[in-house]
Amino acid sequence: MNVSRRGFLKISGAVAAVSGLGINLTPISAHAQELKIKYAKETTTVCPYCSVGCSIIVSVRDGKVINTEGDPDSPINRGALCSKGGSIYQMAVNENRLGKPLYRAPFAREWKEVDWEWALDKIAHNIKKSRDKSFKTANAKGEVVNRCEGIASVGSAAMDLEECFTYQKFLRGLGLVYIEHQARI
Amino acid sequence: MTNHWNDFKNADVFLIMGSNPASNHPVSFKWIQDAVERRGAKIICVDPRFTQSASRAHLYAPLRSGTDIAFLGGMIKYILEKQLYHLDYVLNYTNASFLVNPAFKLPGQNGGVFSGLKDGKYEKDTWTYQTGADGVIKKDKTLQDPNCVFQLLKKHYSRYTPELVSRITGTPKEKLIEVYKLYGSTGKPNKAGVELYAMGWTQHTVGVQNIRAMCIVQLLLGNMGIAGGGIAAMRGESNVQGSTDHGLLFHIWPGYLSVPTGALTTLALYNEKQTPKTKEKDSLNWWKNKPKYVASFLRSMYGKNMTLDESYNALPKIDDGANYSWLMIFDQMYKEKFTGFFAWGMNPACSGAHSNKVRQALGKLDWMVNVNLFDNETGSFWRGPGMDSAKIKTEVFMLPCASSVEKEGSIANSGRLQQWRYKAIPYYGDSKPDGDIMSEIFFKVRDLYAKQGGPNAAAITKLTWPYGKYIGKEFHYEPRKVAAEINGYFLEDKKMENPTKKGEFKEFKKGDLVPTFAWLQDDGSTSSGCWVYCGSVDKEKGILPMRRGQADPTGLGLYSEWAWCWPLNRRIIYNGASVDLSGKPWDPSRAVIKWDAKEEKWKGDVPDGVGNPGKGRPPFIMKPDGVASLFGPGLADGPFPEHYEPLECPVERNLLSPQKNNPAIKRFDKKGVGSDLDKYSGVASCDPRFPFICATYRVSEHWQTGVLTRWCPWLAEMQPGMFVEMSEELAKMRGIKTGDKCTVSSARGEVECTAIVTPRFKPFEIDGNTIHEVGIPWHFGWITTKDRTYNSGDKKAEVFTTGDSANLVTPTIGDANTMIPESKAFMVNVVKKGVK
Repeated sequence: MNVSRRGFLKISGAVAAVSGLGINLTPISAHAQELKIKYAKETTTVCPYCSVGCSIIVSVRDGKVINTEGDPDSPINRGALCSKGGSIYQMAVNENRLGKPLYRAPFAREWKEVDWEWALDKIAHNIKKSRDKSFKTANAKGEVVNRCEGIASVGSAAMDLEECFTYQKFLRGLGLVYIEHQARI
Repeated sequence: MTNHWNDFKNADVFLIMGSNPASNHPVSFKWIQDAVERRGAKIICVDPRFTQSASRAHLYAPLRSGTDIAFLGGMIKYILEKQLYHLDYVLNYTNASFLVNPAFKLPGQNGGVFSGLKDGKYEKDTWTYQTGADGVIKKDKTLQDPNCVFQLLKKHYSRYTPELVSRITGTPKEKLIEVYKLYGSTGKPNKAGVELYAMGWTQHTVGVQNIRAMCIVQLLLGNMGIAGGGIAAMRGESNVQGSTDHGLLFHIWPGYLSVPTGALTTLALYNEKQTPKTKEKDSLNWWKNKPKYVASFLRSMYGKNMTLDESYNALPKIDDGANYSWLMIFDQMYKEKFTGFFAWGMNPACSGAHSNKVRQALGKLDWMVNVNLFDNETGSFWRGPGMDSAKIKTEVFMLPCASSVEKEGSIANSGRLQQWRYKAIPYYGDSKPDGDIMSEIFFKVRDLYAKQGGPNAAAITKLTWPYGKYIGKEFHYEPRKVAAEINGYFLEDKKMENPTKKGEFKEFKKGDLVPTFAWLQDDGSTSSGCWVYCGSVDKEKGILPMRRGQADPTGLGLYSEWAWCWPLNRRIIYNGASVDLSGKPWDPSRAVIKWDAKEEKWKGDVPDGVGNPGKGRPPFIMKPDGVASLFGPGLADGPFPEHYEPLECPVERNLLSPQKNNPAIKRFDKKGVGSDLDKYSGVASCDPRFPFICATYRVSEHWQTGVLTRWCPWLAEMQPGMFVEMSEELAKMRGIKTGDKCTVSSARGEVECTAIVTPRFKPFEIDGNTIHEVGIPWHFGWITTKDRTYNSGDKKAEVFTTGDSANLVTPTIGDANTMIPESKAFMVNVVKKGVK
């Protein structure tokens, strides 16, 4: 959802009047904020860290994040953020991110940058080889189990819900049973 | 969470035990503080360390790590003895009156274990109820029968006297009584108490039973289902609720449907064995609908490319009794059982218990795919400390994924609230969303199987994947389409009677969204990826997790129009238990639901389980018998929680019984089970080499292994490195000062830490002995340190951190039910660096 600044102030002002919960959007501070994010496009996100689910407004100008701040409209955080949530800007704007697929050959001492197509092709071939070699149609009791025992997966609560669903579809389609993630640790 | 974050504002008493929300879920304190300021609520904090949460508490009680059941068992005894329980609630909404098999034996009369223990596993034939000729469970509504659950509960916990509990936990007796009294005060119908836990309760060999003990307390006090009550499982990741709901675990398909075993050879047999039945005449037994959810899930996998039976047969089955969980994965990997491995959005080289074993195991693979935002200790394990990369065969692919502000999709918070996130900026560099990456890999694998064939190839080639489109050579995954598939739709035109309103018919067209899971079918005419999310996408209103409505008509902070919550947008589950048998709220000032006699419907939250007032339907509809379980025969290690010592512990014996450790845990130290690396100390007897208890914990400034936060300079500056926190007494004994470099070691490894000496830890007096506990945070890892080798092209953190993972010292031993590792109670030594 794209929240216009005006609409956002209007909504949050009304909420503040009703609930009186820790938002102080006086005209002066609102004005100061407006300068910083002038001509910015705003979208909302939810903090990727803990499980409280705080909303964050992300302001973008020319394709770059220029500001992140707590979303006063969220009934959960009403604009507040902790030290981690308050630092989302640095996750969004960070030159240390991985920008290219990296490949480490067996016994190599270094990473090598590779292109996606090459990496994904090789991964697909690896999957097929591992799966075909380890596929078990029946177990020791002779029961049909149709599983791939030679590949395991961990992950991930760091993905979106939709991706979690799709990922389990992918893994179970391959026949994996060693499927685990953060919830187990 | 049974309730949700905003609901904290409705509580009268908070019990913070097994967690530290002030540090780890900081914004939760907004609502805790609100309750304190507006309602005069009281905060109790029970923790081995005087945490930031303790500093906000009205009452703090220390306890030795791993003794929570002793502490809570004492509380149960106190509540029963002082009759602080909510009798009407206990009588009608729990199994207190059920008569148990007279052959069932409690640990107090059976050498510290329940009846049925055989070779480290329980046979549960005595953990059953007495039934009449009609199959209905026999009950004693006077609660006097010696075999009724209530009397057994009383008898079991009569052993947990304050004196004995204090000797076990190290909590002063008067503090115990103070806590019991204050928390017990919420047993009145007009009082609400909530418990807040996190990994402080799960990471134990008795993890599930810690939580069970609290469930018993909450049920006795009538605190489940009410506003300001419940049990708050505060989860550690923004979407770990959602990833669990969607079955990224070996034992469950999406929506908590058990993964089939080989013995369940057909779908019909699976349905027959897995669908709960009941003879209790008023019980709704919601899980009787399981075959509908299973069929709809199978359709979401294969659509009509296969029949339901074929879909069921195509999917992998596990072996009866076998375990494929986290600790087993790395054990099997270490034993060279896998050739391939995905570490997708995870960093197990730091997050896995006994990280040395994990790191060694990664070197036994042929290939690994690691998907992440930043370089990390897992992807780069082959060049980590002590590794000779020239000898490591593993081929590694490290794939860059897009961050949460670069793509769209939803996540579910602890309160089961599904919220949508939007794309704000382009992907960084050549990174791609996880959904794009997995789709492209899938298509390539599918092509290989389509062309070359292979075992059970149809299981791959016939999967449905209608989630996006190619733009040029690149596939773009569309989360909105997946959200619709998770919700579910009709696969054919259908006219149906409204399952909740007899006589009303509705017509659906092929492709229509299914309105709620009540409409799902077992005949293959509906598809739904995860039935608990059915209802999250609406034909007219669109994707409900996008909603931003502010209305709160009850004033309880339900905010029913903000995003969407599973199941059915119900914000407080079990809320049918918030009203009495006649339908009146126990506490009218905090009515979660209210019966509107004129309109003949419930108002407030979406009602849970409750029928029309006076109809006598017991409200815990997910239990076959309709009531909550004080007696819980479903678990692996006993129907009642019993105190056992952690596997590694500082005491010679369990003061409660001759059984020292949980008898049902999987022992990796047994011959033929674990590996040469699975070493422990202080198991049979105390080990003077590792004399101190250790627990891992978190700080506000970092998240999990620090895989993201260590790369953020503000956060790295605020918490720059690995430390060990210890008491002034211990520091004096070891000649350590704050800032000294120390080595923390266990039977498995060591980690270098900076000493932080604080009065937040105090030595415990345990049965006449002084016992020390230390704490270490687990957010660090070598990849962001200054002194490691950097190759050209390597990314360098703007602010370096020091030290490596706390999990280098944690044990490979897990809970009897979940196998979650015991990272909150194990034994270490601490010395100043260089001291032998």
